[in-house]
Amino acid sequence: MKELKEIIETCKNYAFDLDFTKAKEWKAEKEGRVLVGYMPIYFPREIIHAANALPVGIFGGGDRKQIIKGDAYYQSYICHIPRSIIELALDKHMDHIDGFIFPSICDVIRNLSGIFKQQKIGKFVKYMDFPQNFLPQIGGVFYQQEMEHVLKYIKEINGVEVTKEALNHSIELYNKNRQMISYIYDVRQNYPWRLSIEDVYHIIRAGTVIPVEEHNAILEDVCEHIKKDIGVPQDKIKVVISGAFCEQPAIGLIKAIEEAGCYVVDDDYMLGSRMILGDIDSTSHNPLEAISNSYITQSQYSSSIYDVHDPKEYRLAKIVKDRGANGVIFASASFCDPSLLDAPIFQNAFNKLGIRYIAFQYSENINQFKVIKEQVGAFSDSIKLWEDEPVVAAQ
Amino acid sequence: MAQEAQKEKSMILQKEMIDGLFNDLAQVKETGKKVCYTFIPGNLSELIRTFDMLPVYPEINALQSAMRKKSGGYIKEAEKNAHSEDVCTYVKCDVGMMMKGNIGPTGTKIPEPDILLLSYTGCFTFLKWFETLKREYPNAKVIMVHTPYQENAEITPEMTQYMVKQLKEEVIPQMEEVTGIKFDEEKLKGFLRLSKEAEDWITKIFDSTKHKPSPIDAYFAGVYYIGPINIGFRGTQEAVDYYKELYDEIQERIRLGLGPITPEGEMKEEKYRLVVEGPPNWTSFREFWKIFYDMGAVIVASSYTKVGGVYDLGWRHDAERPIESLAEYCMNCYTNMNIPQRISLLSKCITDYDADGYVTNSIKSCNSFSAGQLAMMRDIEDHLEVPVGFIESDLVDPRYFSYSNIKNRLESYFQMLEQRKSLKETV
Repeated sequence: MKELKEIIETCKNYAFDLDFTKAKEWKAEKEGRVLVGYMPIYFPREIIHAANALPVGIFGGGDRKQIIKGDAYYQSYICHIPRSIIELALDKHMDHIDGFIFPSICDVIRNLSGIFKQQKIGKFVKYMDFPQNFLPQIGGVFYQQEMEHVLKYIKEINGVEVTKEALNHSIELYNKNRQMISYIYDVRQNYPWRLSIEDVYHIIRAGTVIPVEEHNAILEDVCEHIKKDIGVPQDKIKVVISGAFCEQPAIGLIKAIEEAGCYVVDDDYMLGSRMILGDIDSTSHNPLEAISNSYITQSQYSSSIYDVHDPKEYRLAKIVKDRGANGVIFASASFCDPSLLDAPIFQNAFNKLGIRYIAFQYSENINQFKVIKEQVGAFSDSIKLWEDEPVVAAQ
Repeated sequence: MAQEAQKEKSMILQKEMIDGLFNDLAQVKETGKKVCYTFIPGNLSELIRTFDMLPVYPEINALQSAMRKKSGGYIKEAEKNAHSEDVCTYVKCDVGMMMKGNIGPTGTKIPEPDILLLSYTGCFTFLKWFETLKREYPNAKVIMVHTPYQENAEITPEMTQYMVKQLKEEVIPQMEEVTGIKFDEEKLKGFLRLSKEAEDWITKIFDSTKHKPSPIDAYFAGVYYIGPINIGFRGTQEAVDYYKELYDEIQERIRLGLGPITPEGEMKEEKYRLVVEGPPNWTSFREFWKIFYDMGAVIVASSYTKVGGVYDLGWRHDAERPIESLAEYCMNCYTNMNIPQRISLLSKCITDYDADGYVTNSIKSCNSFSAGQLAMMRDIEDHLEVPVGFIESDLVDPRYFSYSNIKNRLESYFQMLEQRKSLKETV
């Protein structure tokens, strides 16, 4: 088993490789392999894997890519991620990626799919319309048809007809992946000093650009390491991060929050990898239906999912309670409609529930966090110094 | 002092229709009619009418608040309550108005909704908007209609089937439950026949800009013309009568060789013919329009007037396929079209209406329109070699309408158009 430090270093390199080298190498190894890029938040990677393709997470250039062309595509009042994605495409970082999937998150990502079509980037461009109707016989059927469209595009490239067996095998692999990520968060809930949130972030993000088999091997090692009593506990409060599910904060910001006196015991940074709660049935005669049912009945709350029948504020409150967190940090990307439009819903509810929170905005390319660090530090101090009681009366 | 706007018979008809709707809304306690809040894109007016409900359109309330100079205060009220500065100002204006007592444009209180009909068509914010309203109106029934996006520039049978199932198995039964009225398909068909008629008329009306000079302004006046068809009167005889009257007035203007009517009377000289992309600014609507007509610019087509339905490509409601037709209508609204489709539609307008230029009014808080507008503009400029202009404002937030910036930009743009015209004449 590799040393934890070494594993994390490898993951760091994978996670922020803007040329997606690992994916490129995987594709070159055998004929018929296909690379499919997907944007945040969630996409059922199982179906791509089953079609002899590799899903490649595209989360923007962060603070590692200077934006020149991208700014000519987007007005100043639109979030940063579409301009960095288009910059990556125009600078040919993604030339080896065969097709692109834009899951329905918001109008900006939706319209970005249109720009990819207009610019003829990739062999196919698919805006994936996730159902907002949660009845299996209505929204579920539509979702299965959407997945079939994606499989058709891949088949046009590599001729692979996906079988039930292949799909169930892929589901098993991703179930294992989710189980181990879930285990890491569970360990961190009680022993957050064993692995920093920055390290967790690198490990999970690496999994979006490498084959799931390799990622599972990495996760197995990580899980073994953190079973041991490593690290030194510090006097920090526990927080949950919410709102950062699409455009990712710079790694410096992720780090700064823990440095400012908080252990992040849950977050939605790489929400897609954790979107499905629990396993998907890997023994079904209709695996697409199983994937569809899991989305309909086992999804984490998200700002992109119509929530009226299962209000998100109470779901987040439950996470806070279950994790034993002292409060919530609402971190929204600047101009992120879904996150910012949810802010009043969360904050009004949390005022009533007595859950403490702070809120700030960031941009993926901004690497100056002094003000945010001070704000988080003050939040942590206010809880440590003046509050004795554990928080939360979640419904 | 502001000059009194000229009024033609069609304008009076429209005012009577809208006043009538607000009067009906003010009397729901007495009449027992149910109230359905919904949105313009993908509005299911005929279905709402089939169940004898009265529609309320939060976007319309917001824009009317802006025209009455009240939106700024409402927005600030919402921002005090954790609403971000950077999100849709329609939402904030609506929330602020609700917090201040929900007084509508006629000065009477708008009744609370029995149904929040979330026609999730072409705009993600609609979904967030009604999630917010549901928390304010816990007794209202939220009915979601998810309209699939035309991501591949087509409406597939699966998309229609998905919508039809939602309408038949979710929307209609829930409307029956709330109203206590049984669904009557024949009644719906009757409304759909009238819808088609109104759609035929409005298409002819907007097509009249082929004439030179154009007898109408298809953006600034166009937003009034789309009123009846978008705010609940589609499917009524009143709407058909209104559009017939309007059409006759326009024919008369063509016969007399007259240009569009502006708030300061007839436009004397048509110097530039433009196509405009994006919604207008509502807080300074007349000042905004004036910049154009003072320069002799007439808008011969606009994307905004297609937001409640695209009829100029031939699609119509069809009484013989009532539910399928409602589904197709929703999917056919402008913001539910993908970027290449939008480019193609606007390019067709530029060509068909012989436009001299293309102007984008980019709205700060409306990503459904704004995200992608720069790429669209470049594409149109490259392919049609038409001069393009770009200005920025907002829907209903007065803080983001900078008169001098917009005027300067447009003046420079008109100078460019003028030079181009002179060059053409020289050649």
